Amino acid sequence: MKALTARRHHRFAPVVLLTLALALTGAVYAAFTPTRATAAAAPTETDLEMGQALFRANCATCHGTGAAGREGVAPSLVGVGAAAVDFQVSTGRMPMMANTVQAPAKPPVFTEEQTQQLAGYVASLGAGPAIPSADAVDAAQGSSANGMALFRTNCAMCHGAVGQGGALSGGKYAPNLLGVDGTTIYEAMISGPQSMPVFNDATVTPEEKRDIIAYLDAQEEGSPGGATLGSIGPVAEGLWAWVVGIGLLIVAAVWIGAKSS
Amino acid sequence: MSNEKPGTDVSATSEGNLLPERFDDPGLPEHKARLPDTDPKAAKRAELQVAILFGISIVGTILAVVAYAVIRPGETVESIRTSTLVLGVGLAMAMGGIGLAAVHWAKTLMNDHEKVEYRHPQASNAEERAGALAALKDGADDSGIGRRGLLKGAVMSALALAPLGFAVPLIGGVGGDWNVSKFRHTLWAKGTRLTHDPSGRLLKAADVTIGSAVHVIPEGLKEHEEWIEEKAKAVVLVVRLDPRDLVEAEDRKDWSYEGIVAYSKICTHVGCPVALYEQQTHHLLCPCHQSTFDMADGANVVFGPAKRPLPQLPITVDDEGYLVAQSDFLEPVGPSYWERLK
Repeated sequence: MKALTARRHHRFAPVVLLTLALALTGAVYAAFTPTRATAAAAPTETDLEMGQALFRANCATCHGTGAAGREGVAPSLVGVGAAAVDFQVSTGRMPMMANTVQAPAKPPVFTEEQTQQLAGYVASLGAGPAIPSADAVDAAQGSSANGMALFRTNCAMCHGAVGQGGALSGGKYAPNLLGVDGTTIYEAMISGPQSMPVFNDATVTPEEKRDIIAYLDAQEEGSPGGATLGSIGPVAEGLWAWVVGIGLLIVAAVWIGAKSS
Repeated sequence: MSNEKPGTDVSATSEGNLLPERFDDPGLPEHKARLPDTDPKAAKRAELQVAILFGISIVGTILAVVAYAVIRPGETVESIRTSTLVLGVGLAMAMGGIGLAAVHWAKTLMNDHEKVEYRHPQASNAEERAGALAALKDGADDSGIGRRGLLKGAVMSALALAPLGFAVPLIGGVGGDWNVSKFRHTLWAKGTRLTHDPSGRLLKAADVTIGSAVHVIPEGLKEHEEWIEEKAKAVVLVVRLDPRDLVEAEDRKDWSYEGIVAYSKICTHVGCPVALYEQQTHHLLCPCHQSTFDMADGANVVFGPAKRPLPQLPITVDDEGYLVAQSDFLEPVGPSYWERLK
């Protein structure tokens, strides 16, 4: 401890502290990133009752007791299907903390079982897209090359070339898709949450959805060239080259030209 | 006048003015010895530092060579990244070490006595200049360009025309294709069916549900000889809106089908593909300069630098329920250009 105290004014102390802080943040983030497996079995009678109870307790304030929605507050959930509920609840987007322009993803409030019960209840109100099977979202069965062509046409304008996300208007944004599991991506496409358009099975067929998931899965390996700088294109790269690159050249020029003592 | 103002003219000679008529060259400042010049220990230390820098370079070279042999870029992205990283670090150490060592050596150990090298006059001496002028004049007199009018005209014409051989092909090639009327027409025509981009699957009206956004190309696009160029003009975004939300101009009432509207995806500002569709607000954003179009209201501009709404493609359905174009776009797609409306 004494050695630490003695060295706290050392000129490398901020660098060491910053490195430690970054490493700690990364470790905590990695520990809390949710990983989940889906198991969609047909809901039983008790599941439906549990789902209804959960809905009344947590969702009905905004969506109404019969899930019919309230004008100007929340949309009707009749006919949105289990996929939409699973997407919103398992990513923590619902229940919403505050009625803002966009519900952000956060640690989920309900357990996986409770989410399934809620999804089963809402699905029982009206037919809608179901939660996809594990087969339908298996990246290993998809073609990432075809997925790239589809992603470029349908997704890249908002989510960016490698799915790292991007800004929309008025504080809305397209979220980062890296680290998001295939089921969630499939459910987002089929249900069109918030600003996102719907990509139904006629627009992007189930096989094509799996190809898109395969493409995104391939992006998890990262870039072969090293630092991606957020993959947001020439702005970040230009900033890096102009500020850091040219800055280093200026430092070198000043050092070479300075008289030594 | 100014001489009477105090302190404005340094050349004014008065009793109290101590400034000299002319400043002398102050010469170089006194030479200050560096630490390694006076202290043998410091010199030894600098020598060691230079040696360490060269050592870093040697280690870097070995690292790069070993990495080349041992860490091969394989099948995975991870291995390619590692190989590139280690090779890069090794080469940076190898080259940077030599560079830093050389500069440090020169700055700390090599002689640093100031030297003055006066600039010598650039001009040749008077004799050489007179000689050159005389030679030119002799040449001109000898050629008789003053009296031989025909030759004077001929040489001037030849010299004036010679650059055209280069200039005409260069200027002629600027912009490649000057046929601007190509912008006016796209592959869309009466009865052309709408298909999905990129698969080319036909698009049924029933498949476009409310809230969907479908990226569309004309049927048979890929068979076209210049399909990339044609695609760049013909791409269309199809969305279905609740017919109650849709505001349509009187003369465009029959351009949509049950709330399905089709608009050109080429921005009217500078031609970027506009495709960021927010289904809740019906706004379509351009990623380049944030022009925002309202898809529910004739794709009118609600924000940004674009000046005109996106051109609408009139659509309907055929007997089999497929969406088809009623005609080509009725105005040129994309950014403005001269003669656009002629």
